[in-house]
Amino acid sequence: MKTIGYIIQKEFKQIFRNKGMLPIIFILPILQLVILSNAATYEVKNIKFAYIDYDHSSTSRALIEKFNASTYFNVLTDFPSQEKASSAMLSGEVDVVLEIPNHFERNLIKEKTTDLSITINAIDGAAAGVESVYVNQIVQSFNKDVKMTILETSKKTVQPVTIEGIPSFWYNITLDYKTFMVPGILVLLVTMITLFLSGMNIVREKEIGTLEQINVTPIRKSQFIIGKLFPFWVIGMGLLTIGLILAKIIFNIPMVGSLILLYVFTSIYILVILGMGLLISNFTDTQQQAMFIAWFFMVIFILMSGLFTPIESMPKWAQIVTEFNPIKYFVEIVRMVLLKGSGFMDILPQLWKTLLYAIIMNGLAVWSYKKVN
Amino acid sequence: MKKENVIVAEELTKAFGDFKAVNAISFEVKKGEIFGFLGANGAGKTTAMKMLIGISKPSSGKAKVAGFDVYTQTESIKKNIGYMSQKFALYDDLTVKENITFFGGIYGLSRAKIKEKREQLISELGLEGISNKLVGSLPLGWKQKLSFSVSLIHEPKIVFLDEPTGGVDPITRRQFWEMIYKAADQGTTIFVTTHYMDEAEYCDRVSIMVEGKIEALDTPKKLKEQFKVASMNDVFLKLARNIEL
Repeated sequence: MKTIGYIIQKEFKQIFRNKGMLPIIFILPILQLVILSNAATYEVKNIKFAYIDYDHSSTSRALIEKFNASTYFNVLTDFPSQEKASSAMLSGEVDVVLEIPNHFERNLIKEKTTDLSITINAIDGAAAGVESVYVNQIVQSFNKDVKMTILETSKKTVQPVTIEGIPSFWYNITLDYKTFMVPGILVLLVTMITLFLSGMNIVREKEIGTLEQINVTPIRKSQFIIGKLFPFWVIGMGLLTIGLILAKIIFNIPMVGSLILLYVFTSIYILVILGMGLLISNFTDTQQQAMFIAWFFMVIFILMSGLFTPIESMPKWAQIVTEFNPIKYFVEIVRMVLLKGSGFMDILPQLWKTLLYAIIMNGLAVWSYKKVN
Repeated sequence: MKKENVIVAEELTKAFGDFKAVNAISFEVKKGEIFGFLGANGAGKTTAMKMLIGISKPSSGKAKVAGFDVYTQTESIKKNIGYMSQKFALYDDLTVKENITFFGGIYGLSRAKIKEKREQLISELGLEGISNKLVGSLPLGWKQKLSFSVSLIHEPKIVFLDEPTGGVDPITRRQFWEMIYKAADQGTTIFVTTHYMDEAEYCDRVSIMVEGKIEALDTPKKLKEQFKVASMNDVFLKLARNIEL
């Protein structure tokens, strides 16, 4: 116990003396939280919109005005021809082109039906989908207006019947994107910093040769490892605290559930990540190698965590793979506890799996740490 | 009175694939002896030493250090030895005092004992004025002396020094050897590798390793007689040249 104390003391001194490391530990995550939470959004705004108006009627101008009035569309320009519009889309100047055909107004009034052609740049499929919905909504609402006026001018007494669905959104009533995103990014920063720090740390001692010196002492493996990892566990918990405070102050994220529960889960979760970091450092000889391997796992874990894309829409095999992704559990728990107010019994399955993961990871790490080659 | 053997190696071998870095070496080191372990770069000195200090498993052969087996009792060996590596292995970002405290701590010394050792060590090395300075800011020679003292902090029976004087000036080397003599006088066995042949003259006995094998082992005086040369340097050159031919 006393021996572990000496190592912990030494680690903390070294961490706080490393002037290059401190900002990485504390400032970068904060920047990450603030910037990413604002930038990483599914909302599609400022869509670059252009149109080709062959009709030049008051109706076509009214439709374009509708797009102009929308906050989602930036009406850029009109093109005289299809070719000009295509080349503008190729060069990325526009994302959506609306083509209003000749006799648009006349057809709408006389035949009560007309065609509109909409071209959407779908390189980013998700954004294109959202854009298509927006365009549809605007055209639909416009079309209904027209019909209403048509109905009135023809003096028919029949009122169109419209059925309106009233969606009821739970847990994130205002559909605020940040409410969903900030807890997820909190997960990222706690994970990244603890993984990289623990992964680099022991390799660094290998590189400078002090690890050999430690291996020649009668210190026990478990003492050394606990002493090494404990400071990073503390830093991880500290990061969670800083992140939660920022989430509350800057983004006013609702915190419905028990923070104690969140801390209990995180304390186990960080053990998984630290074990992983140690495992990486046992199998690498330089910090560079450790960094690459840590990155490799990090990228896969993040992309398959349900943080950005829902796990439900992944193929079956990928969904099975995500069962081995600790970040997935943490993302789920943070969102469940903070936004839904889930209790202990609700998060029990994730808690068990994470605990098991922690035991396996640290078991492997201690086993693969060799004092004798 | 015959002194006890604290290191005994018999046919000790370390192979990496087909290459035998250490090829069946046998020797004994007596208590309180300064044993010089000589050889050219790559002759296998460091590999042999790593087996003796319990951080590298031998491929075959037998060895006992401080009475403990190098295969099964490495942790007991580690309690009884000190080690100073070629690479300077104190923490540059800790102060002199903190380094002493840390290593004292992981060898399991009591708080009072650490404090006593720390003060004794700092005054012996004359580091009073800079004991709160980071070790990284000290000149190499001072670092090496500090490193040697730290390797003795738990009063080991044997201390292993792997090229302890590499890159330091002659005056510091001289002082360093005085420290070694002092430790040996107090009964500590010294096992030292070097490729400075003038240092070999300071040893009680030396072994010379060439390509994984011990080619000569005796007191410096007898080796010089045996090879009919005036200095250890010539002994070494003769042995090394034989191999090249």
